Amino acid sequence: MIQQPSTIVRTVVNLLVPFIQLFALYAIVHGHYGAGGGFQGGALLAVSIVLSRISNGAESLERFSSTRATVIAAGGMLLFGLVGIVPMFFGASFLDYEGLPLFWVHGAELRYLGILIIEVGIALAVFGTLVLIYDSLAGDKW
Amino acid sequence: MAVNSVVIALVVSGVFFMAVSAIAMLRFPDFYTRSHAMGKADTLGLVLLMAGLGIYSWELSSLKLLFVMVFIMIANPTATHAIVKAALKSGLPIWTRKEAGSDGREGI
Repeated sequence: MIQQPSTIVRTVVNLLVPFIQLFALYAIVHGHYGAGGGFQGGALLAVSIVLSRISNGAESLERFSSTRATVIAAGGMLLFGLVGIVPMFFGASFLDYEGLPLFWVHGAELRYLGILIIEVGIALAVFGTLVLIYDSLAGDKW
Repeated sequence: MAVNSVVIALVVSGVFFMAVSAIAMLRFPDFYTRSHAMGKADTLGLVLLMAGLGIYSWELSSLKLLFVMVFIMIANPTATHAIVKAALKSGLPIWTRKEAGSDGREGI
């Protein structure tokens, strides 16, 4: 433990973190229509965790460990890669969303769904990676 | 017309408070007094400006501006508090009134 931050900072951060995460979800899902997208939403998710790390210290590490961040980053990359590669097994090109094996949607709707899955994958990868970067910079001296 | 008057009053007072905090940044002697000016005058100036803009274009973005205003009113003073507390803990010396001329500066 380096130094315990003040009660004011901890209270306000604990109040704000859920709202930041909610806005991150909005940024991810709303990326088609306006400002936002996978990278921005993932960065916002990472900001919420990093704020909690700064103000809560080791308690935050118990709630959301570095291992979980690694799993999330790898899962996001895996999701992106799968959406890219799976259409190739169904006779389409790499990242061709119309080749996705979701047979109950067609055409534009399928492309839309594919972009949404890609955005979620990017968001998870960015989220996990940024939290990992912060954890490696901060070291083990909690 | 009445709406425009309200908007003008809000934006002008917001710009006034922003200008006051900018002058304070230049005129105040050390980090603590400057943060004191930024934490209060800047928050109020930004909130007044955004209130004026939200009333001027009265639509869905007004609600979003309201959320941003609430966020700024919570987050800006907290950030100032955290930075000032960190400076105090790391031992930044606090400015005190000196005799006129002892450091080549007029006594403020």
